[in-house]
Amino acid sequence: MEIPYTVELRPDTGVYNAKLGIWLFLASEVMLFGGLFSAYVLLRVGAEPGMWPHGWLDVRLGTINTLLLALSAITTLLAWVSCKVRQFGKFKFFHACTICLALGFLCIKSYEYHDKWIHYEVDLTSGKIADGHLVEKSPDFDLVKKTGTVTLHGRIVDDRRDLMDLRTPEARAAKLDEVTIKASDIQKMENYGPKHNTYTAIYFTMTGLHALHILGGTLVIAYLWGPGSALWRRDPERFTNRIEVSGLFWHFVDLVWIFLFPVLYLT
Amino acid sequence: MSHHKSEPAHAAPAPSDPHTAMDSHAVDLPTYIRRCAVIFLVILCTTAAMIATSFAHFGEGWTLKVAIILAIAVVNAFLVAGYLMHLLSEKKMIYTVLSFTVFFFIGLMGLTVWATNNFPIGTVNH
Repeated sequence: MEIPYTVELRPDTGVYNAKLGIWLFLASEVMLFGGLFSAYVLLRVGAEPGMWPHGWLDVRLGTINTLLLALSAITTLLAWVSCKVRQFGKFKFFHACTICLALGFLCIKSYEYHDKWIHYEVDLTSGKIADGHLVEKSPDFDLVKKTGTVTLHGRIVDDRRDLMDLRTPEARAAKLDEVTIKASDIQKMENYGPKHNTYTAIYFTMTGLHALHILGGTLVIAYLWGPGSALWRRDPERFTNRIEVSGLFWHFVDLVWIFLFPVLYLT
Repeated sequence: MSHHKSEPAHAAPAPSDPHTAMDSHAVDLPTYIRRCAVIFLVILCTTAAMIATSFAHFGEGWTLKVAIILAIAVVNAFLVAGYLMHLLSEKKMIYTVLSFTVFFFIGLMGLTVWATNNFPIGTVNH
């Protein structure tokens, strides 16, 4: 059965069906991410004064990821243009670049997640708070039995507010050392995972959903670069349209990051 | 399928008119590469501007900083949507779809701003 309007323009819409389809899908995606941005705004304005974190994320890594995604958006466009001008070799090159850049983005994101996963905040029985990255736990470390010790690379502060804004001169000047804590001195120990506070919750939700979009888009692009490119020989115009549609999705993913980066890393 | 055997490995028939055959976008690889280079440079500059604004001292509050940074982000978004997604030269049907999206998105954010600082009693500590 012939599927209509995969290549030719539909008279009533003026576009081929897949293009209208992807724009409708992207419209729903705008509302999906819009809901999360709305949640972010409410969580942020609802936070107690001085209790919304600043400087918790590495701006350098966020910047590299911004540039990787911007470059990948460009290579995606150039891959489509290469198809349009019938230069399949260049299409292969540009799309291979897109896949590499996307994998680079995901690697950096994974590193950032891991960094948060091994970063602990420890409430001590003395009322102070130890904060730092996990160095080691003694073999007999058990928080329930209160045995063993844990070593963090970080510092001990008197007030949780001291940990909220890491851009203050005091926070920057703070000396980080190895701190060994007995389990018997620990009241509560928690890493900077999604349940740590509302900031990490919205951070992991938004960037996690975005990373899933990156992963999905990469799989589609890799398919079109590999086995899916067989369509080029049979129907190059239809293949070119597939590249355009996947490219539109990829640009949208870049568009979301353009707002995620300043909102989560810079403000 | 037999006609493919006589063609080069990845050759495909040339379109009758690559500029207008299936859509209205003018297509020329060197032109696009130049345009993309300019766009990337602008994105590079705007990203640097966002970071510089973020670390600049604008007094105590974050409101002005956030406003400036988001305004720069909007410029970036315009470049990506307008030029890379070709939204500046898209069909009326796509604009119609997006006009609904814009309407509902503004509504969503409007409700969010409207709800700001209007929390049910007992849900906040200040």
